[in-house]
Amino acid sequence: MDSATVNPQAEHDSAKHHHVSLPQHRHHFETEEQQREAGSFGMWLFLLTEIMFFGGMFFAYLLYRNWYYDAFVAASNTLNVKMGAANTAILITSGFFMALGVWAAEVRKKNLLVLFLILTTVFGCAFLGVKYFEYKEKFELHHVPGNSFDVSQFINPPLNAQGNATRPPLPPDMAQKTQLFFFLYFAMTGMHALHMIIGIVLLFWLMGRAQRGEFTEGYVAPIENFGLYWHFVDIVWIFLFPLLYLINLHPLAH
Amino acid sequence: MGISPVLWQFLVKWLNASALFPREASTIAPYMDALYFFLLGMTVTGVILVGAIVTTFSLRYRKSKSPVATQIEGSTLLEATWTIIPLGIFLVAFVWGALLYFRIYTPPINSMNIYIVGKQWMWKAEHPGGQHEINALHVPTGQPIQLTMISQDVFHSFSIPEFRIKREVIPGRYSTVWFQATTPGEYHLFCTQYCGTNHSVMIGTITVLSPSDYKKWTEESTSGMSLAQNGERLFASMGCNACHSGNAAARGPNLAAVYGSKLQLTNGSSVLVNEAYLRDAILNPSQHVTAGYAPIMPTYQGQISEDGLIDIVEYLKTLNTNYRVQQTLTTSQSDQAAPPASGVVKP
Amino acid sequence: MKEHDNSILRLPDQATAQVPKKNFITAEDGLMSWLLTGDHKRIAMLYLFSITFFFFIGGAFAGLIRLELLTPMPDLVASDTYNKLFTMHGVIMVFLFLVPSVPATLGNFLIPIMLGARDLAFPKINLLSWYLYIIGGTLTLTALVLGGVDTGWTFTTPLSTHYLNTHVVTTATAIFIAGFSSIFTGLNFIVTIHRMRCPGMTWFRMPLFVWAHYAASILMVLGTPVLAIAIVLVALERTIGIGVFDPTKGGDPLLFQHLFWFYSHPAVYIMILPGMGVISEVISTFSRKRVFGYTAVAFSSVAIALFGFFVWEHHMFIMGVSNYSALVFSLLTMLVAVPSAIKIFNWAFTLQKGSITFETPMLYAFGFMGLFTIGGLTGVFLGSLGMDIQLTETYFIVAHFHFVMVGGMLMAFLSGVHFWWPKMTGRMYPEALSKLAAVVTFIGFNLTFLPQFILGYLGMPRRYHSYPPEFQILNVMSTAGATVLGIGYLMPVIYLAWSLKYGAVAGDNPWQATGLEWQIQSPPLTENFTEIPIMDHEAYDYEWLEHKTAHEVTTVG
Repeated sequence: MDSATVNPQAEHDSAKHHHVSLPQHRHHFETEEQQREAGSFGMWLFLLTEIMFFGGMFFAYLLYRNWYYDAFVAASNTLNVKMGAANTAILITSGFFMALGVWAAEVRKKNLLVLFLILTTVFGCAFLGVKYFEYKEKFELHHVPGNSFDVSQFINPPLNAQGNATRPPLPPDMAQKTQLFFFLYFAMTGMHALHMIIGIVLLFWLMGRAQRGEFTEGYVAPIENFGLYWHFVDIVWIFLFPLLYLINLHPLAH
Repeated sequence: MGISPVLWQFLVKWLNASALFPREASTIAPYMDALYFFLLGMTVTGVILVGAIVTTFSLRYRKSKSPVATQIEGSTLLEATWTIIPLGIFLVAFVWGALLYFRIYTPPINSMNIYIVGKQWMWKAEHPGGQHEINALHVPTGQPIQLTMISQDVFHSFSIPEFRIKREVIPGRYSTVWFQATTPGEYHLFCTQYCGTNHSVMIGTITVLSPSDYKKWTEESTSGMSLAQNGERLFASMGCNACHSGNAAARGPNLAAVYGSKLQLTNGSSVLVNEAYLRDAILNPSQHVTAGYAPIMPTYQGQISEDGLIDIVEYLKTLNTNYRVQQTLTTSQSDQAAPPASGVVKP
Repeated sequence: MKEHDNSILRLPDQATAQVPKKNFITAEDGLMSWLLTGDHKRIAMLYLFSITFFFFIGGAFAGLIRLELLTPMPDLVASDTYNKLFTMHGVIMVFLFLVPSVPATLGNFLIPIMLGARDLAFPKINLLSWYLYIIGGTLTLTALVLGGVDTGWTFTTPLSTHYLNTHVVTTATAIFIAGFSSIFTGLNFIVTIHRMRCPGMTWFRMPLFVWAHYAASILMVLGTPVLAIAIVLVALERTIGIGVFDPTKGGDPLLFQHLFWFYSHPAVYIMILPGMGVISEVISTFSRKRVFGYTAVAFSSVAIALFGFFVWEHHMFIMGVSNYSALVFSLLTMLVAVPSAIKIFNWAFTLQKGSITFETPMLYAFGFMGLFTIGGLTGVFLGSLGMDIQLTETYFIVAHFHFVMVGGMLMAFLSGVHFWWPKMTGRMYPEALSKLAAVVTFIGFNLTFLPQFILGYLGMPRRYHSYPPEFQILNVMSTAGATVLGIGYLMPVIYLAWSLKYGAVAGDNPWQATGLEWQIQSPPLTENFTEIPIMDHEAYDYEWLEHKTAHEVTTVG
């Protein structure tokens, strides 16, 4: 078993002469390509763990929606679909700007990159702002699970101008189950919002580094990988919105 | 059983006498023990086999006897052998175990039903005749006994090792297990699911009596009303008879002979009415609305204990006509329906 | 260097040999250089000290448990205290010892070197992993000091959510944080194995140790987040009380069981697979032979990981799950048992036509094979539905998992620590004393846990503080064994510490093993390799090694 291969060390040395090493090159990696691929792979794996994490709550949602469908319908219909839809549009726009930011980094346009990062952040904050108003409204309506939860509006729904019930009343035991819906609503959107807050903090950090020109000299990995994370957060919302807000809504049938 | 009954008896008695093996006190115990000995044999064989291979090779190929190793890649034949043979044995264990499992968890039709309510940290047994026991259970030999069990608080587990039965006792739904005792005597009852501080003392005694002794015991220890009688009382005092009066225009469906029937629900499905269904219908009525009726039944969640639910379920099991329902309608203590659940949830 | 007939140990001439002056330990000085290191080897050493610390705390609790169980009466401690003892024993041993043990110490140290890389893919995240572990461990100790938690390590609801007022949320948070330590370690390993193998290192030239860690890392990355969400829900249920597990509010306590066991079953494979990786290396080295059926063993590791995700309901067979779902999970459980059997036979046949010596790592490996066989086969008892009814929730289960975890995993860990001790420290441990410790451990272990199988079939429930008097003799045997076992575990700590200063100088390759880690100095340089190697031979290529040593000049450190 002889080692009959050519020593590539010489080849490597000559390759090095033509290659300018970026300052961000970590020396436990042989090449920058290896570093970039490792970083990207690592981020995808991390996102996989996030899917498993959210997955637990989606499973609980699956179970309880199946068991208590009527309660879920009634509770879901109290959510503000307009705000939810607006948030969906806001978040998609934010993702769009993030994608533009990645492009700007790749074509080495520093000012554009910073602009797009700022826009991503602005829309991200707008999302959180709308969420704040939604949560506030929920709190006022006594939809927050726990001691202040009020089932009476599901048992005796409020009447509209004509004196008809705005939604079918629920029997008391089914009305109780609306608390489960709201718990899942707050847990899932809350966990999502937490991930957005973390993302926004990271955005500020990236903005600072981008302003110093760190990402427009060929080293785009952090922007790319953060982009992956941001798009993932976006996708989670794309799932949450219809599952939470749009249960049994028939906009064309009235 | 395949092996000589004499040898079997000897094995079991000897092992039992040396306190290394529990007594066989139920009809299913020999079946369980047979599977156990099969698996034990499999394990001993496996360990001896692996031990023999390792020891033989270690001695034969130790360095002083085998200074140079021969590099061997592998052998597909051997790989196949030790994949297929263990798989085959494990599948035998699977099939055998599955058959036994279905047997233990499928009560025979003619079982006598006894209710068990577990709570921190004691067992309550309720015989249909009204006998109540705490941390004890008297049963006759020669009669299949089904235990319908529920917890009032956390998970417990009802275990009688010498009968070879065990089942989790869960809050919120009934679980069942059955056995038929073979030998009079006293046997351990354990709670085997960790349930808090006094988990270790949530134990009791199962007393198996001959059928005549059991009959004597039931007569001596009756506390007055049977479960069904108590249930009838609750049915009236909680106002159930107001809607379930059995009249043609009644707001609630007729409950006479409903137990064991197949019921059509408003959502189109049809269910078999058993104890679990009845309990759930009382606590979550809106999901169990009989076809043709409005979902107006209030929930009794939080207003009736598990014992009360057992009483009512027993009552409904015995209800064949609405005669006494009508009677108690006019003579019941309260002529008001049970108050509907109030709007704000009590914390 | 003398040629011994019963040892392959080749130490350099002790009169002139020295531990190399430049190595990863001497590279930098000062506490901060250790606490802020990115060097995977230093992080491995940090982990080694931390997990040993937690092991002995968990072990102390085990000692107290066995002491209490000497008598049938609950006379040593109060019931609440006893419940806290077994809970903390379980939490510490599972989450702070077993899960990180081999991966975080040996895996961290060896995987980059075995692959021919300078470090793991993400050194900073590696350090973060250790800090998360320390924070999780500290929080656990905080919960302990504040009064402890008594939910059992399984946090069964509704007991843990509604019926206890001990420090559940603190402990749940601690486990949540420690879980991320595990996730990041697994993530690091997967990326490293995929992207940082040296030239020529194809997948099937990697040592089986790496394959085992790859499989375990998949489990860590995919399974642990589900535990995280399960305990977040428990914490939320405790603090806000919304009823997700409360049947009176429409919730389902069985939902928690599904979420918890979805992780906790793969967790046991996370714990055992790296140990199996160690056994592959040790058996190969001390038989001077390639592992029999390399491909089969590699694929078995991955098969265990994949199948391991689909058997969780076997922890819930008697909990009122549908009989038909129980059928499915029982069948899958039987399937997952097969790859482990394949591995045991492959290791056994590695011995055939080898040249076998019986140094301490090999003794531990033999112990592993016997005890893991028993432990694994008793798992088949539990996977068989009807048998599980009698055996579940009794001491049979306790005996089963201690056989696989302690008789299996812990023996493998000790085997690995002894095997790679000379590589990590440059020093050799004392062979006679270590052999004695291995034998003491083996005897103590069997005496402790074999009686528990019998107790289990007799019906003695687990987590019991007091028990019927007829169970006493077996319990006394078990406690006696535990004492012996404790001695067997204390011995290595003492003599390994001793060897750091007084042990023989080991040299690069005292075991004459293949594997890239044995071709560099002991202890290694910080950057592992002066130049990245090219892998031009198969794994476990003893002929290549012979050819190499015949031609090489012995390097001086």
